[in-house]
Amino acid sequence: MSNSKDSVSRTIIVALVLCVVCSVIVSAAAVILRDKQKANVINEKKMNILAAAGIEVVNGDVATAFATITPKLVDMRTGQFSTDEDVATYDMRKAARDPSQARALTPDEDIASIRKQSLYSTVYLVEGEQGIERIILPIHGYGLWSTLYGFIALESDFNTVAGLGFYEHAETPGLGGEVDNPRWKSVWPGKQVYAQGSYTPEIGLIKGKAKKVNVHDIDGLAGATLTSNGVTNLVKFWLGKNGFAPFLAKLKAGDA
Amino acid sequence: MAKTREILLSPIFTNNPIALQILGVCSALAVTSSLKVTLVMCLALTVVTAFSNFFIACIRNQVPGSIRIIVQMIIIASLVIVVDQVLKAYAYEVSKQLSVFVGLIITNCIVMGRAEAFAMQNPPIPSFFDGIGNGLGYSVVLLFVATVRELIGSGSLYGFEILPLVTNGGWYYSNGLMLLPPSAFFVIGGFIWLLRNSKIDQVEAVEYKLASHTK
Repeated sequence: MSNSKDSVSRTIIVALVLCVVCSVIVSAAAVILRDKQKANVINEKKMNILAAAGIEVVNGDVATAFATITPKLVDMRTGQFSTDEDVATYDMRKAARDPSQARALTPDEDIASIRKQSLYSTVYLVEGEQGIERIILPIHGYGLWSTLYGFIALESDFNTVAGLGFYEHAETPGLGGEVDNPRWKSVWPGKQVYAQGSYTPEIGLIKGKAKKVNVHDIDGLAGATLTSNGVTNLVKFWLGKNGFAPFLAKLKAGDA
Repeated sequence: MAKTREILLSPIFTNNPIALQILGVCSALAVTSSLKVTLVMCLALTVVTAFSNFFIACIRNQVPGSIRIIVQMIIIASLVIVVDQVLKAYAYEVSKQLSVFVGLIITNCIVMGRAEAFAMQNPPIPSFFDGIGNGLGYSVVLLFVATVRELIGSGSLYGFEILPLVTNGGWYYSNGLMLLPPSAFFVIGGFIWLLRNSKIDQVEAVEYKLASHTK
């Protein structure tokens, strides 16, 4: 009995059959559940965009809430809308990794420590009867431990912040992780990114609590200086001259 | 029947995989900072342990001794991948927080340990219950650790605020240490101490004695 069980041919047969059975089960699970998983990923991104824009989702109906939002591609070199790539499939993160679709940043430019910037960015417009009501811009940059990915929403003057939120980061829970705290995020709406007549971002986190009259100051994150610096840098980068400032200027002048 | 009961319940306190066998501590440190995530992890591990035990017990008489560990690994790995896929489809939020730790169930010592120690010698049904029992034993410790960590670290339980935090206008200063993995060591230590206080037979014999001062 034990002899036949341990023979070489028997060992190979058992291994083979087991591998085939297991691989069929695993691939079946992956194929059957793929659509649902993809829907989850897209859904989550939409939820984040809606959250940054301050649009409420009623009864978890993301599709209806998202219907008011139009995604558009912006060419980061010209600061103008572009149709060179398909906006539905364009992936900024993937593009940033591909040297032919990204621009390497010089150390001087790269205040957000992201090294490479994709040539195009996907922005989201909330359009109403009077044109653009809000614009939602993707932002990311390095904090203390991780790259923070998020969105910042601006009002129709392209200067007043409507909201900010990060959907992916790995900062210290309770310290840098407080970027997710709704109370901290509620400081952002109403603040001004630029001083009048300029396109150099003035907005940033300060140490301690910001005074109401200082329209460019945001409360610092207590005990998380490096995450606070990271957030300031990434907001300054993405709203600065290598980020969306040229685009916003053109949008305001009406020739984006 | 009495035997099934024994197999199912003894791993919870009398033969707890974490507290007595000190298996599976790694994931107990990583995923216990909030109750919700912990609960899903416990569920995932219990399912994997139960079914891997079941399937391994089913084919235990066919498996050649020379490749038995590999066979166990394949079955466990397949189950873990299936569980991971299901979580990604139906509990996306939680699966994001669990990230790699669902995948790491494969290397969880409890699953492998029970497969080798129990399922290879016992019929499928008792093996299945042994898996459930050990999963529950793991769960009891994790839920205890998560309760303590979430309450002290974030002032909440299962995401509901219990102690209003200073940052939200309350009075409670949260203890940041409790949100970091090392705090789980202290809490698990506390759990083991409590358990061994009530079940003195679990206390291991002293391996050495301090010598008296030499003259």
